[in-house]
Amino acid sequence: MIEWINVITQGILLGGIYALFATGLSLSFGVMRLINMAHGDFIILAAFLAFAVVQPLQINPFYMILLIVPLMAFFGYVLQRLVLNKTLGEDILSPLLVTFGMSIIIQNLLLEIFSADSRGLNAGIVEVASISLGENMAIGVFPLITITIAIAVIIALQVIFYKTRLGRCFRATSDDHITSSIMGINTKHIYGMAMGLALGVTAIAGVLMAIRTNFDPSAGPLQLLYAFEVVIIGGLGSFWGTLIGGIILGIAQTVGSHFDPGWGILAGHIVFIIILMIKPNGLFPKMKGK
Amino acid sequence: MESFLSKYEITRGNKLTYAFSIFTVFFIIFLVSTPWWLDRAEVRRITEFLYILALAQMWNLLAGYGGLLSVGQQLFIGIGAYTLVIFSYKLGLNPFLVIPIAGIVSLIVAFGVSKVAFRLKGAYFAVGTWVLAETFRLLFSNVSWLGGGSGLSITNTMRGIPTWWRESLTLWFAILIGIGSVLLVNYILRSKYGLSLTAVRDSEVASESLGINVKKVKLLVYLISAFGCGMAGALIFITKLRVSPEAAFSIDWTVIMFFIVVIGGIGTIEGPIIGTIVYFTLRETLNGFGTWYLIILGLFTIIVMIKYPQGLWGLIKNRFNIHLFAIKRHVKEKPS
Repeated sequence: MIEWINVITQGILLGGIYALFATGLSLSFGVMRLINMAHGDFIILAAFLAFAVVQPLQINPFYMILLIVPLMAFFGYVLQRLVLNKTLGEDILSPLLVTFGMSIIIQNLLLEIFSADSRGLNAGIVEVASISLGENMAIGVFPLITITIAIAVIIALQVIFYKTRLGRCFRATSDDHITSSIMGINTKHIYGMAMGLALGVTAIAGVLMAIRTNFDPSAGPLQLLYAFEVVIIGGLGSFWGTLIGGIILGIAQTVGSHFDPGWGILAGHIVFIIILMIKPNGLFPKMKGK
Repeated sequence: MESFLSKYEITRGNKLTYAFSIFTVFFIIFLVSTPWWLDRAEVRRITEFLYILALAQMWNLLAGYGGLLSVGQQLFIGIGAYTLVIFSYKLGLNPFLVIPIAGIVSLIVAFGVSKVAFRLKGAYFAVGTWVLAETFRLLFSNVSWLGGGSGLSITNTMRGIPTWWRESLTLWFAILIGIGSVLLVNYILRSKYGLSLTAVRDSEVASESLGINVKKVKLLVYLISAFGCGMAGALIFITKLRVSPEAAFSIDWTVIMFFIVVIGGIGTIEGPIIGTIVYFTLRETLNGFGTWYLIILGLFTIIVMIKYPQGLWGLIKNRFNIHLFAIKRHVKEKPS
């Protein structure tokens, strides 16, 4: 019994990082209907950026969040204004293939620069520290920090979306971008801001992932699949839904791995497919998927 | 209707398309004869060209003509590869005979998978098909009878077949699949089904109101594409003789299809042919520079998608107003 409580607790905590993976994807899809196929590679890109600074300077990777977030946010804004805005329209072919092209470019550039070696960030004692809860149970400090950050990010996004002018613009543009532009909203700028925000959150996810586990240039697509599964399970457009989605995927994976280490990711995919069969719009949909 | 037909005539072919058909016949004869006078490395290269062309045509049919943006066609390549493992390596059937079986098995799997995939639309369908392919990859990785995650070598399926025959038969089957895929797409687009397929792509609502069974049309194109990819999959791993889930269900197959079709021109038969030529030229030219050819292909894809969404063939077609395949219907008033 205690064993199972342990497994489920690990799963819930794992959900924190998956929720962070998914929030950025949900944001860009929610505001501008853009499925960013390079999303996973942006996570890995953030991880490598952190790695490139941390390695020579030997500083605590947690500080990297302060540096990488604005960097990636700026990159996201520029990318959206210069490239991605040109792909948006009725047809999803163009954004899909353009971001897929980006995905391949990022993967192979990282491969050329950093080689195919597996890398990791060392955050010191925090990584292994745990809080003991009784005899056979312990909660890792780092996963706890991760899920706390995930919840903080979700609260922050809720505030931005529902309490600020920018958030009103996001929601208005998402509902009807033509009317929004008639009402004086610069939708191109709003899309840029949304992508900036999305990649900012992605940067947090990337740095935390780099501390949690090893990564290499080809790891992006798998992170994209996780993020995508979480968005669908949670339901599109709901930030709290992504947290629940992340937790469900996390539990599915830890339970799967508990039976056989080779079944973790597979169990996640299968739970995703089952939920899809039962509720194609996810558990807590706020808007309908196209 | 009668009066309309008596007043107008609908033509599809012109001198150029007829000339191209005759050229195709000679080209096939030329390809078939290559094992007798070309060295083995060249024959292998032609074989690869042909199966990549087949994959590109199948993805173009699915996405360009059917509007189904699948990112999971590697699923059927993997199924084709493992059909080869089971029927040829395990059950001892001649590997070349397994190729059509691989097509049929893929078709059956595609039918099952469609029950899940077709619940999704657009971008969801795209990533959903990818998740399905990954699921199959992981399932096969867990079957130790089929070599598990590290896969297995199937070299002994070729025991007793002399090298020359092996290489030549591989090439001839590649011709069958490569040129066959072009002719199949050509045939489909000339048929009534081809008309409903492009109609559904352009507007599902309008097609439905004209009495087209949208679901059936989409399912059929998905099945045909799976059939083609499955056969190509078996053939690809006949040339490689080593099957692993990582290689067979690799997303790289679909990436190649994307690049080729987008650069060549999506939604045209000529596009994938031109795209395949560009792909091979770039890969051979940048041979020795690691993965730079992929970076350049990625950049090329982005530029083409944004600036010239009709691809290279679109540029040529608009400039010279030519078609090599007699697909488009031209309506002309009959001289009375």
